[in-house]
Amino acid sequence: MMLIDPHAHMISRTTDDYEAMAAAGVVALIEPAFWLGQPRTFVGTYVDYLSTIVGWERFRAGQFGIRHYCTIGLNSKEANNEELAEGVMEWLPRFALKEGVVAIGEIGYDEQTALEDKYFRLQLTLAKELGLPVMVHTPHRDKKQGTSRSMDVCEEMGLDPSMVIIDHNNEETVGEVLQRGYWAGFSIYPSTKMGNARMVELLKQYGSERIIVDSACDWGISDCLGVAKTAQLALQSGVPESTVRAVCYGNALAAYGQSGQMKESDWLEPPAIDQRTLYEGNSILRGGRDPVIEEPGTQRRKGLTIE
Amino acid sequence: MTSPKDLLQQWIGERAGAERPWLENQLAILAAPAATERDLHLFLGFAPRRLGKADLALSPEALAAAEAARPGWQPGDWSIDGAARVLGLLTFSGDRPFAETFKDLRRTSDAAEMIALYRGLPLYPEPESLHFEVGEGLRSNLKPVFEAIAHNNPYPRDHFDEHRWNHMILKALFIGAALGPITGLQDRANPELARILVQYARERWAAGRPVMEELWPLVGPFAETPEIRTQLDRARAEGRVIEEFVS
Repeated sequence: MMLIDPHAHMISRTTDDYEAMAAAGVVALIEPAFWLGQPRTFVGTYVDYLSTIVGWERFRAGQFGIRHYCTIGLNSKEANNEELAEGVMEWLPRFALKEGVVAIGEIGYDEQTALEDKYFRLQLTLAKELGLPVMVHTPHRDKKQGTSRSMDVCEEMGLDPSMVIIDHNNEETVGEVLQRGYWAGFSIYPSTKMGNARMVELLKQYGSERIIVDSACDWGISDCLGVAKTAQLALQSGVPESTVRAVCYGNALAAYGQSGQMKESDWLEPPAIDQRTLYEGNSILRGGRDPVIEEPGTQRRKGLTIE
Repeated sequence: MTSPKDLLQQWIGERAGAERPWLENQLAILAAPAATERDLHLFLGFAPRRLGKADLALSPEALAAAEAARPGWQPGDWSIDGAARVLGLLTFSGDRPFAETFKDLRRTSDAAEMIALYRGLPLYPEPESLHFEVGEGLRSNLKPVFEAIAHNNPYPRDHFDEHRWNHMILKALFIGAALGPITGLQDRANPELARILVQYARERWAAGRPVMEELWPLVGPFAETPEIRTQLDRARAEGRVIEEFVS
């Protein structure tokens, strides 16, 4: 089964992870702009980070036959550094129109401060102006209220819920998010967010409509196979295949495809120009149903010899 | 004779379909004295969205016109969006030096954009001022970006000093970029490059790795210089297969 991981911070992951994701069926992923664990203190380092996720990281993913997309935004944590935030905001319009940028995100609240609110609203305005979807990061603390407030503000700023993905949901938040017409993302992330056994129960309860599974894997203890393992567990637990396909592939494509920057044909029938410029001829992605994966990690795993 | 800019405008206009009025309007905005860098950024961002990313697919006549307009210019593998981006940059009438505008764009470009920017090198004003920018592109880890400079592009032949030229050739071998499409490959062969390539061949042999055959034609013309001759004799004595490439 082809899978999409619509939330993966690959800049923090190894080539082994890319290899494992490709082997598990991940054909495309979305790298949301976020913080790096260590806060940035210069606008320039933030700008170079954004350049990396529209450039080098995409190329790295391509080496494994995985299509890489990203979202552009000023995250809620670093929005609290006003000097940095003001500088970053000036650069965002340029990055938002880069190739493969599928949303403004991940934006929203962390501690729900006034500065977070200010830059959340400014970025919602930008998304509306450019016709891009929005990926909303919901806070870890005071989550339920933070999630409701995020949606209130989206509506105040005139966004259509169908263009907004509310991410990092749990059992307490999902009902309202779906009821109000938003996409509901679930991050299968050990200890802090959602577990995949719980996720399977939610799928049994809510079905597949507007539900999206992601891994949110990053620099913390997390699992880049979050989507793949959830898909497998759901199938083993008797969840219909059509539901699994929707929440682990189709819904993410439908939601972020609204950007016009992400199409199934990108990985099924990559255009020639794309193969030439980004995938080095067709040696990596040869067309047909499934990407042909080269296996750079094989020799490391299988033998003692390093050539 | 038609200028490269006029040729680009003609080719893209013919392929713009329903977006032709948009294209013409954008070019008028960029050409106006009041044009801002934001106008340029938006044009560069919207170019692939509006015009698509298909191959430019130029006719032999168009390629001949390109060669006449700028000797060595080979837009045979350019795409429509890439060509439009170069056209936008040539049309923009900013008040900063060209190299500064270029640097600003290059720093924040995505891969396709960077490829387009570098493919345009032979067409830009003040080509010598782009020395640093070209160096950044050559250092890129993205092979297609390196190839945008190295392949089918007369800029290296026309503007690189010997050191940079030689290191471009060597990097091409390292990253598996073909030497054949490098414009001026034979014209700019030199004894220092031949020395580096023979040394490189020795390292490959020592590591038990194959030596790319395409490096030998760059060594051949200098096979009789003492240092290279010594190296080649030593290699022959070790049984290395080089005779058929070096006369």
